Amino acid sequence: MATPTLSRPTSTPSKGPRLSGNTVWALGYVAVIIGLFLLYQLLLPNLVDSVNSVFYSWLPVSTINECLMWAIMALGLNVVVGYAGLLDLGYVAFWALGGYTAGWLMAAPFNWEWDFSLMSAVTTPGTHINFWLVCIIAGCLCALLGIIIGAPTLRLRGDYLALVTLGFGEVITQFFKNSNDIAGLNVANGDGGISIIDPIGTGPFVVVGVPQKLLNNTADNVYKILVLGLLVGFCLFVSLRIREGRLGRAWLAIREDELAASMMGVPLVKAKLSAYAVGAFFGGIGGVANASAITGAVSPSGFDFGKSVLVLLMVVLGGMGNVWGVMIGAFLLSWLNSAGLTQIGVQIDDWFGTSLAGTLPRYNYIILGVLLVLMMLFRREGLIPEKRTKALMNTPNRTEMEALGADITEAEEESEAIAASDAAQDAEIAASAELNPVIAEQDERERNESDR
Amino acid sequence: MTTTAEADSRATGDPAVDNVLYADHITIKFGGLVAVNDVSFTIPPRAVISLIGPNGAGKTTFFNVITGLYEPTEGTVFLDGEDITAIKPHVRAAMGLARTFQNIRLFGLMTAEENVMVAMYPHLKAGIITTILRTPGQRREEREARDSARELLQYVGIGRTEGELARNLSYGDQRRLEIARALALRPKVLLLDEPTAGMNPQESSQFNEFVYRVRDDRGISVLLIEHDMSVIMKISERITVLDRGAMIAEGTPDDIRNNQTVIEAYLGKTGTREGRRHK
Repeated sequence: MATPTLSRPTSTPSKGPRLSGNTVWALGYVAVIIGLFLLYQLLLPNLVDSVNSVFYSWLPVSTINECLMWAIMALGLNVVVGYAGLLDLGYVAFWALGGYTAGWLMAAPFNWEWDFSLMSAVTTPGTHINFWLVCIIAGCLCALLGIIIGAPTLRLRGDYLALVTLGFGEVITQFFKNSNDIAGLNVANGDGGISIIDPIGTGPFVVVGVPQKLLNNTADNVYKILVLGLLVGFCLFVSLRIREGRLGRAWLAIREDELAASMMGVPLVKAKLSAYAVGAFFGGIGGVANASAITGAVSPSGFDFGKSVLVLLMVVLGGMGNVWGVMIGAFLLSWLNSAGLTQIGVQIDDWFGTSLAGTLPRYNYIILGVLLVLMMLFRREGLIPEKRTKALMNTPNRTEMEALGADITEAEEESEAIAASDAAQDAEIAASAELNPVIAEQDERERNESDR
Repeated sequence: MTTTAEADSRATGDPAVDNVLYADHITIKFGGLVAVNDVSFTIPPRAVISLIGPNGAGKTTFFNVITGLYEPTEGTVFLDGEDITAIKPHVRAAMGLARTFQNIRLFGLMTAEENVMVAMYPHLKAGIITTILRTPGQRREEREARDSARELLQYVGIGRTEGELARNLSYGDQRRLEIARALALRPKVLLLDEPTAGMNPQESSQFNEFVYRVRDDRGISVLLIEHDMSVIMKISERITVLDRGAMIAEGTPDDIRNNQTVIEAYLGKTGTREGRRHK
């Protein structure tokens, strides 16, 4: 993606080289998703065990799905943190609300007797709404929640916003923890949470041999790669498109200099709110994807602060602001968390006869922390940085350097002038202000007076 | 308070209507400190006006009241006859009040072109959905915005820098870019905060011509805050002098040059060596 900024051709106004770089990446992404699907669907079952067991142990299908789900979350947080520069430490709140929306609309949480089914493959009692519809509903609900939370808090700056979002993330978790008795009403079953949440129905695709429901067994899991891949693709598409327009520029401007942006006609609260809402929308989709396709259940214990930090880590490690970096960050970290660490442990055990396989995954946060420290020491801008951030981290700011130099010389001149100040010099300084005729006059008058 | 520019305008007697900008008896207090004390100020249409004063005179505070960063303790600000005292900075910007900053505040990690396009925000219409769908209307709007951004860069004399990150431009070019960005707001009044700071004498003499060109081409008023007397004296049609928060003089450059109070404010009251050294 080495695209020198200087050589942006003037003849093609709407398509700079950056965009074509994105096109290459987008094609690459589609190829990877389809490639993974074909590999696990068609190729691996027909290979000898010794070959396919390597794949299944190092990169199980369920891990791929988890990676994709986390990619949705990371892309959402990237809009808030990477694009608009608002540090959000409570992003897990939207994930939780998305999950619970799935719980309310795709399950039978409170021994519901009624049978409401909307374009869903499930016909048991309860509410069963189509997965895609629930994605949209959860997204909108989270965006709304984002706006409600954001309206009072987004007036805060930097650290204060981070603290408020941190608190907000905790509030949502506590709310769901106590949700069996909210003013006497059971809203979401409290600690127990809601299960079983409907799997993804495949509707008309049953005709072409896709199972009717994508359950958590190996065969159906493979199809989830496509479903989740599509959701990630949607988030990618929105992220990239929105970046290029009026709003994207306003976000960048806010990230760079809030005050200057407002002086240039950018409505700060509105622009920040829309960043928050878009991020929350993605978070809601991620929540539904997680509840329906990954866990099949929601409970408050899953939505802890650690998850917020994990998503933030993905964004920072991958390269804030660059969707492709963020994707890679999400894949890397969720792979480590899901299958990577265990498998690395197994491998080390194999070689050295230790017994790390069971313990290594338990140290995941320590390992991620060390990884983060190393990144901050050696590659602060992230794995695949945005070109702007890279410029920030690696080259000195020309104006700052020059201004610094100017300041030093100016200060030196000034102090020298003061040190050597005498009447003649005073007159000179006055002359530079173009007031000298009057001053000279005054000086003369003064001298005459003192002479007398 | 009558200047030539004011006399030329079709006077209705109401300063809020006759002038593009009218600040009516502005007082700003920070706690017990009076930063600006009962200052009235007008900017007639198509005028080039300066606000000067020694350090700490309240120039920047007054400037910030006009742009909406501070709300005045007392007084009213009118833009084109409309009371904007309680209106937010970004709305004022959209209404035609554009400014530059004393210590350049560009969006350093955005290209020159993007910097200018940010200021077009109030004049563009595309929303989230049309941007995501990239509708023909949105694409046309973006194309036009890009073209006019390039025209503006050309206009201020940094035509080939559109793809450069703002932070990589030279100091003088950054100053020009700030003006291009301000002009993208299609302002009625352009407020320049020490625009020639850091310019060499040749650049600042060119700057005079540039300010008049902007005024004549776009029919806007320009308000400058400056320390550099040589620039101020050549460029201004009217000068207002602040000292310790109060307006001490107003008039043509010649008036100001010979005004005893101004000289005292700048060079110390009695003109003794001790007083002068500290100014």
